[in-house]
Amino acid sequence: MSIMSIVSAVLYLLLAPFVGGILAGVDRIISARMQRRMGPPLLQPFYDFLKLWDKEKQEVNPAQGWYIGGFLLFVVLSGVIFFGQGDLLLVIFTLTIASVLFVMAAYCSNSPFSQVAAQRELAQAMAYEPMMLLVAIGFYLQCGSFTVGDVLHAPTLSILRMPGIFLGMIFIFLIKFRKSPFDVSMSHEVHQELIQGMVTEFSGRTLALIELAHWYENIFLLGFVYLFFGAACPLAPVCGLVACALVYFLMILVDNCCSRVKWQSLVRSAWVITIILGFGNVVYLMIFR
Amino acid sequence: MDCFFGNNLTWLPGAVMGLDIIAALIIFYYTFKHRYYWIGALEAVQLALILWFESAYGHSLAGSSPFIIDKLVWVMLAIATVIGGSIVVFAIGYMEEFQREHPDVADRRAFFFGVMVVFLLAMFGLVMSNNLLYMYACWEITSLCSFLLIGYTQTAEATANSFKALWMNLLGGLAFAIAIVLMGSQLHTVELTRFLAVGSGNRVVLTCAALLVFCGFTKCAMMPFSGWLLGAMVAPTPTSALLHSSTMVKAGVFLIIKLCPVLSGNLVGLMTLLVGGFTFFFAGCAAVSQSDGKKVLAYSTISNLGLIVCCAGVGSYAGAWTAIMLVIFHAVAKSLCFLSVGTAEQEIGSRNLESFDGMICRIPRLAMCMLIGICGMFLAPFGMLISKWAAMKTVVDAGEPLLVLLLVFGSSITMFYWSKWLGKICTYIPTKEKLGQTIHGVQWSSLWLLAYLVVALCAVFPLLSKFVVSPYLGKIYALPTEVIAENNFVVTGLMLLVLLVMALCYGRGCKQKKVLTQLAGLNNGDNQSYEGALGIVPITLNNWYLEDWFGEKKMCRYGYQFCIVFIVLGLIFVGGGVL
Repeated sequence: MSIMSIVSAVLYLLLAPFVGGILAGVDRIISARMQRRMGPPLLQPFYDFLKLWDKEKQEVNPAQGWYIGGFLLFVVLSGVIFFGQGDLLLVIFTLTIASVLFVMAAYCSNSPFSQVAAQRELAQAMAYEPMMLLVAIGFYLQCGSFTVGDVLHAPTLSILRMPGIFLGMIFIFLIKFRKSPFDVSMSHEVHQELIQGMVTEFSGRTLALIELAHWYENIFLLGFVYLFFGAACPLAPVCGLVACALVYFLMILVDNCCSRVKWQSLVRSAWVITIILGFGNVVYLMIFR
Repeated sequence: MDCFFGNNLTWLPGAVMGLDIIAALIIFYYTFKHRYYWIGALEAVQLALILWFESAYGHSLAGSSPFIIDKLVWVMLAIATVIGGSIVVFAIGYMEEFQREHPDVADRRAFFFGVMVVFLLAMFGLVMSNNLLYMYACWEITSLCSFLLIGYTQTAEATANSFKALWMNLLGGLAFAIAIVLMGSQLHTVELTRFLAVGSGNRVVLTCAALLVFCGFTKCAMMPFSGWLLGAMVAPTPTSALLHSSTMVKAGVFLIIKLCPVLSGNLVGLMTLLVGGFTFFFAGCAAVSQSDGKKVLAYSTISNLGLIVCCAGVGSYAGAWTAIMLVIFHAVAKSLCFLSVGTAEQEIGSRNLESFDGMICRIPRLAMCMLIGICGMFLAPFGMLISKWAAMKTVVDAGEPLLVLLLVFGSSITMFYWSKWLGKICTYIPTKEKLGQTIHGVQWSSLWLLAYLVVALCAVFPLLSKFVVSPYLGKIYALPTEVIAENNFVVTGLMLLVLLVMALCYGRGCKQKKVLTQLAGLNNGDNQSYEGALGIVPITLNNWYLEDWFGEKKMCRYGYQFCIVFIVLGLIFVGGGVL
């Protein structure tokens, strides 16, 4: 492990909540402008967070808080592995543990709304995980290693040979960012058909922690976008950051243009995209190594 | 001359012949009693083949080492002893309760335990044999024992299923016998090490390997032979646990792993990894639609065995490494799962997953065991590092795009069915009645032993790799490679530590105000019912089983079709070269 990787991991640990919160604020402003509203101030997500933090502590059972703590811990851990330039597959698996813990948190309340949402969340995970794994496999085929450090120092821009994987990943990021049309298990809208879905039974600090975990997660998901532009060339970081911004804008745009689909269509479309774009690209990489 | 630990074993070939004949006589007895004459004929053909072979070639084929005990064999012996042993101990308590609950089943416990011990002994013999004639004898005995154990309750269903297991395994035995005859007559050896030393360039070697792999398929329940393992569920739980974890199916994969060096980059290897990969995928899908706990476990076993066979079929160093590690972890975690489901069935009165609702509050200690078993199956580090990380790297390096696809989708689907089970038992319902006072002490001892073993294995598996698996493979493969980088071990080790620390903190949070959950009406105060317009309405929550997508029949049909095509084509192409 180099000094650089330790520094970037620590920076992630400290700064991700702030950057993530500001991104959420930007998201709300842009969404509002798209809907011809003014929108809240940029720092509104932080105000919301602090307000939640000060609320009375309530729970429906003692297990809830435990699961959410674990969820946050593993989301942060997967980000730390990512920014510590660790192994891509390991990052994905750690994130899987986090999402299983989150699902358990929703399950344990035994409330119909959160349990149905938990099933939907599991179906979502089933929909996006193949693509995430193909992303890691694509980088392995392209750069000869699963390690983030090696991917970043690849001789050529990875995206040139992995456009299909890139597009497929953007598609499933709509699910991961919990954006419409794929916000079936929980959403940032006030109400959906399952009330608040997965987070129906949370309030106060635990809800704040879920929001925090979401910020941490968003940052390192955008890190995945950056990876496609990681190369030894000096212009690459600029391209990468621009790509991250564009992708984030695209997410907001799609969120505001689409209405929620059924979970069946979600899984089906994610799988079709994964097979055509992701797998097609992997086959290409395997043949022309 | 046959010689072992300095003892002169001139009597051994004769004794093994005797065992073959005794096993055959017992099979004849049962097949005639139940009028399955064609199954008897299947046995008669292979017995005749072996007897003829022994009289024609037996004396000219004196080998140098009838038994070999290398590190892989030690691993298999440890699995059979520790896990098999703890299952037998568990069975003492379980069968007592079982007989009480099923007064209509004749109490044949002495017979049951006798067969179990013979089963384990045959397993010892099987893994130690280097002489294939000896291995064949043990192979037949395990087939026979599983047949006897599955039919224990003597109901019509149990008998039918036991004969299903018998004919499938005897079909494998027939392939084994043909392989022995071919090997002895063409290559003038019946020893596995000498056979492997000839190398995969030889067509006869390939044909024999194909036959032995086929034989392994039947034993480890690859599709289309998965039916017997599912049918085995009718037997009392210890039988299923034994078949699924430490014996029987592990014998099948053991043989295929032993054949690894001749499977790399040829048709036989291709057949092996395709059958394994497709079985992994379709059995995993079928598990999603099952609500019977034992059936989910059975499909998950088949799926996992598929993964093991697939990795072994790649034949590379990494493939063999992954396969062996999978065997070890699967044996421990799956036996724990089976024993806890069996115990839960006795306590709750059903093994339907829906009835495990809120088990963490009803039988906390048992739920804990089940939890450890399930997490051992699909979470860190076994489920992640070995069954996903190493397996994926293996198939990507082997350059098999189709298998990459099966693996990424299969592993996501695997996560789905384990998580929803996990969710069901973790649901917090303190109001349901508490159970678990009647669980026998020996059952607890086995459950705890296995639970601690799963945790301990997670902690020491880098050492296991370094001191056991790698040295074994180092002797076989010229160029040992590092399958999983060391820092990944460190990271997952840390994660395990985090999980353990978290587990210790469970429920230690500050006291908080308790509130009721949101229901579709005024919560009745117990989170279990609400006041609707028509009075008090109880709520029931069920998991998703996605029958339309992952229906068992559909998945099995697809799986069977693919696998039959691969096996038939494989055998025709490979065998065609010899005849």
